[in-house]
Amino acid sequence: MSGTSARPMRTQGGEAVLQCRDLSVHFKTGEGRISAVNGVSFDLHRGQCLGVVGESGSGKSQTFLAILGLLASNGHATGSVMLNGEEILNTTRRKLDAIRGEKLAIVFQDSITGLTPHKRIGDQLCEVLTQHRGMTRSQARTRAMEMLELVRIPEPARRFRMYPHEFSGGMRQRVMIAQALLCQPDVLIADEPTTALDVTVQAQILKLFKGLADHTDTALVMITHDLGVVAGLCDEVMVMYAGRAIEQASVDSLFYDPRHPYTRGLLACMPRADRDSESLTAIPGQPPDLSELPPGCAYAPRCGQAFDRCLIERPSLDMAVEGHLKACHLENAP
Amino acid sequence: MLSFIFRRLMTAVPTLLVVIAGAFFLMRAAPGGPFDADAQLEPEVIDNLRAAYDLDRPVLEQFVRYMTRLARGDFGPSITYADYSVTELLAIGLPVSLKLGGVAILVALVVGCLMGIFAALHRNRWIDYVTMSIAMTGFAVPAFVVAPVLTLIFGLYLKLLPLSGWNDGALSNMILPVIALALPQIAILSRLTRGSMLEVMRANYIRTARAKGLPEYKVVASHALKVVSLPLVSYLGPAIAGIMTGSVIIEQIFGLPGMGRYFIQGALNRDYPLVMGTVIVYATAIILLNLLADVIYGYLDPRVRRE
Amino acid sequence: MGFLSKRRDQQLAAMQAAGRTVGRSLWQDALRRFVTNRAAMGSVFVLLFISLLAIVGPLISPHSLEDFYWEYILVPPTFENAHWFGTDANGRDMFVRTFHGARISLTIGIMTTAVALLIGVTWGSVAGYFGGRIDNIMMRFVDVLYALPLLFFIIILVTVFGRNIYLVFIGIGAVEWLTMSRIVRGQTLSVKQKEYVEAARALGLSNLQIVRRHVVPNIIGPVIVFVTLLIPTTILVESYLSFLGLGVQEPMTSWGVLISQGASSIDTGPWLLVIPGTFLAVTLFCFNFIGDGLRDALDPEGR
Repeated sequence: MSGTSARPMRTQGGEAVLQCRDLSVHFKTGEGRISAVNGVSFDLHRGQCLGVVGESGSGKSQTFLAILGLLASNGHATGSVMLNGEEILNTTRRKLDAIRGEKLAIVFQDSITGLTPHKRIGDQLCEVLTQHRGMTRSQARTRAMEMLELVRIPEPARRFRMYPHEFSGGMRQRVMIAQALLCQPDVLIADEPTTALDVTVQAQILKLFKGLADHTDTALVMITHDLGVVAGLCDEVMVMYAGRAIEQASVDSLFYDPRHPYTRGLLACMPRADRDSESLTAIPGQPPDLSELPPGCAYAPRCGQAFDRCLIERPSLDMAVEGHLKACHLENAP
Repeated sequence: MLSFIFRRLMTAVPTLLVVIAGAFFLMRAAPGGPFDADAQLEPEVIDNLRAAYDLDRPVLEQFVRYMTRLARGDFGPSITYADYSVTELLAIGLPVSLKLGGVAILVALVVGCLMGIFAALHRNRWIDYVTMSIAMTGFAVPAFVVAPVLTLIFGLYLKLLPLSGWNDGALSNMILPVIALALPQIAILSRLTRGSMLEVMRANYIRTARAKGLPEYKVVASHALKVVSLPLVSYLGPAIAGIMTGSVIIEQIFGLPGMGRYFIQGALNRDYPLVMGTVIVYATAIILLNLLADVIYGYLDPRVRRE
Repeated sequence: MGFLSKRRDQQLAAMQAAGRTVGRSLWQDALRRFVTNRAAMGSVFVLLFISLLAIVGPLISPHSLEDFYWEYILVPPTFENAHWFGTDANGRDMFVRTFHGARISLTIGIMTTAVALLIGVTWGSVAGYFGGRIDNIMMRFVDVLYALPLLFFIIILVTVFGRNIYLVFIGIGAVEWLTMSRIVRGQTLSVKQKEYVEAARALGLSNLQIVRRHVVPNIIGPVIVFVTLLIPTTILVESYLSFLGLGVQEPMTSWGVLISQGASSIDTGPWLLVIPGTFLAVTLFCFNFIGDGLRDALDPEGR
């Protein structure tokens, strides 16, 4: 990958690295069919960072597991996902193996169980390079060591021979990130990479991602439930609720002009220095049961502004203003 | 690692002493003795015999004398097989039992693990159901039913394999006893492997390995197998004990000249030295193999070693 | 308008109700899952049928256990003279003998399991509840016993002290409690460390109350599962001993005795092995299916 030192301007035109169209995921369970993701579409461009926001169970993680072909065995995905213009959804395992870790990498939320406990850290890193790049053991070692330094792991040579349980949580997450970056992927997906960490460590890891977003042209997907993370890191945002994208916009547009009551609710939940703590509100109620979604808008039962149409007709994801999509029957006025 | 092995050895020695003492006093505690059946013998002859085998002394003294001799490696003379020492009988029986049991445990491990892995990788498909049905059958149909049925089919009807006998461990004589002995262990091992495999394949680090772009055989071989094998290693001890107790019956059914026969004969005839000898050999084998299993476990799981 | 906002209220109520149903009792849930498990439910019925035959089988046959029929020696299963399962080499009716054997085998399975249950639960809960040194010593003892070839001890016990059916009960029970004690100890330990037990203790509940209200309900699931798996094991051990001629003695009979006799005459009368062997295998099958079903039902996440 040619080293682009500065962050490239957002290129709305041109080919997207990752293009997702009408992606749906459902699971067959003993209790029936659960629809986890419904009709999600987005474009991701080189050097761009997409924030995906939602509560747990909103389908944000399943969307990207489906893209990577990592759904649980009872899950099935439909729609289309193009990576560099090539269809990768439901493709063969052989093709997936060539893409995963090489062009499309992921950092999972849980670094504690995410690394194989009985393999040395060095071996887990090197196997990515020997697999994808055909490197010799010593070449891979040199490259992996560089990568550990890049994610600021002290004494990489000594750490190389250690097992995961000898690392702290933050260090393990750094290893996971280093592992994902080894092949300089076109797209890096980070699935709540800081949730399991202490606040100070969170900040360090986010700084790492920030540097990554600014200094390479790897496209970044940041899955999170923390709008603060999105504000500091991302260019575009997709807000998900009950398996659907309900609002998609640029970060600026979303934060200054939120169009969906749910997004507004999320923003109101965010503690901010320039607001009284009394104005902090929680969204009442719970996310709906995915196996029996209501016919109308899934958010309507919790929405303070819902009216009768919301209960019978599901709003489609439409353009509110240029580059800002929302799925809500309310008029644009907040 | 060495200190780990040493500490385990330190507990193995007292365990063996408990076995020896337990078996010794258990047999002496019962009324009657080895010469009860020989009613035609003169009382003086019996007295002489009892003196020859130390049986006229107090039990505690008998034990001390037995242990001193044992320390020199002498198991004493057999009572039933009057012309043989127990050591000689063991020298006949042990190689047979060792070969039979060793081959059976190897067969059980290889076949059981392969079946379990295949079933897990094809979960809820016909190959899973077929292997698990076989496993269930092996579990529910005991070896002493399987063995006669096998001889009936392959020996009597098809005339492919000999009905019984050892024939110096010829392959054709080994097949049926090994199958009968290994089958219950195959059943348990394959179920264990399948369960362990299913659990491990759900782990987050397996998902990570797949996300790295490793092909499935590498995911299984390099990230799953070690952890999958942990419960199997834990089961190795009971499996070996199962093979040993099973071999007692299998040797009887197929008329094999192994240790099991001497153990049963010894127990029935109150041949104290013979029973002691066989029990000590069985117990030593079980304790040593358990030790081996512990060491393998420590080797496989880096977290155990450091404790 | 009004009808629609009413509908919204109903939806809200339905959602809240859905949230509440999660709190359904563990036992009701387990029972529901168990009943839908076809293999386990089928096994329950088959076992009940075999138990019923064990009780009434010997009564509906015109023959008794001690009858010898010199004119019917080694007869294959026939309706003639009502020898439905044939006769053995002594001219005894196999139908009566098979279900007499069922009585003994099932009784031994249940009785020895009860012995093992009693020792194992007591030992394990005491060790787990008191913890510390007591736990350490008690569990080291179990570890030592685990490493011993205990079946050989039963054989010595039975050969030396005489072949007595009660000795078989106690001998097998005394061997098979080890795993039970480990399970109970583990559960007790983990329950003891739970916050709600701390809370109960802080509220001033006595040890006995804590054990009754919190510890017992939590260990009962794994214990039930293990009991259903222990019964077939003890039946198997009894058959093993009887096969060697060390268990149940004539004129009493058990499946192990019948299989042993059948195995020796397999060339002349295969049904003598096949019939009791099948009943034994089916019974073991059923117990295992029920055990698996109970485990799946009580611990749905474990599988």
